Amino acid sequence: MSSIKPRVKVPKEVSIDEIVEIKTLIRHPMHSGRMKDADGQTIPRQIINFFSAKFNGKDVFKMDLEPSISTNPYIVFQYKAKESGTFDFEWIDDNGEKYSISKKMTVS
Amino acid sequence: MKLKKLRKISRRNALQIIATFTGTAMLPSMSFSQPNKALDRINEITKGLGAIESDIYLDLPEIAENGNQVKVSFEMDSPMTESDHVKTVYILADGNPSPNVAKFYFTPEMGSCSATTRMRLSKTQNVYLLAENNNGQFLMTNAKVKVTIGGCGG
Repeated sequence: MSSIKPRVKVPKEVSIDEIVEIKTLIRHPMHSGRMKDADGQTIPRQIINFFSAKFNGKDVFKMDLEPSISTNPYIVFQYKAKESGTFDFEWIDDNGEKYSISKKMTVS
Repeated sequence: MKLKKLRKISRRNALQIIATFTGTAMLPSMSFSQPNKALDRINEITKGLGAIESDIYLDLPEIAENGNQVKVSFEMDSPMTESDHVKTVYILADGNPSPNVAKFYFTPEMGSCSATTRMRLSKTQNVYLLAENNNGQFLMTNAKVKVTIGGCGG
């Protein structure tokens, strides 16, 4: 599904030891398996069940998502900047599909 | 004759009173026996050890007009070092079809223990936060959210 596009906000330049806020948003219906469509048919469950963020290959933050998470999952977390590098974000769908995005951050 | 009739009615009334009384008396015991799914889940996660009530900053709206998008954020006091940091944080809702909402995995790399997300709430209920330290200690807090329009479908 190419219609699912993640968006991430990472500050480009930060000073060392600064705690920065990372905001992520992915467009996804997050069908909980309880909603019904216009014809009264239950829409099968399809959600993003896992999110992870890595910095220079090292695990920073992970999250398990359940059907109780809203449509278009919005996740914010913090990170203490130590060195310049690249963030790798990944979302995993119930159907096994993976969506990812990378962002560079420079530490001065 | 009149007296007999009166007695009859009063006995029926008495029975009715007993019936309604036992009925109402049973109600609270029934609602009490209905398990709190979130607390059960906390018991399961902590393996029966339970968690210490702590004043974790849990930011939730007092009244949520739309249960489909309820913003939840939290912040915990933790040095976030290798030897002392918060490992996992669970968000649990006792009135949703499933109590699990999210599980966050923290690392010392993050420098602080805080996160924000949006969740669905089907009705007015308590939202629990359970945090596990790297030394195995559990902390928890909860907040009540009034939901005007539920957001779990069905």
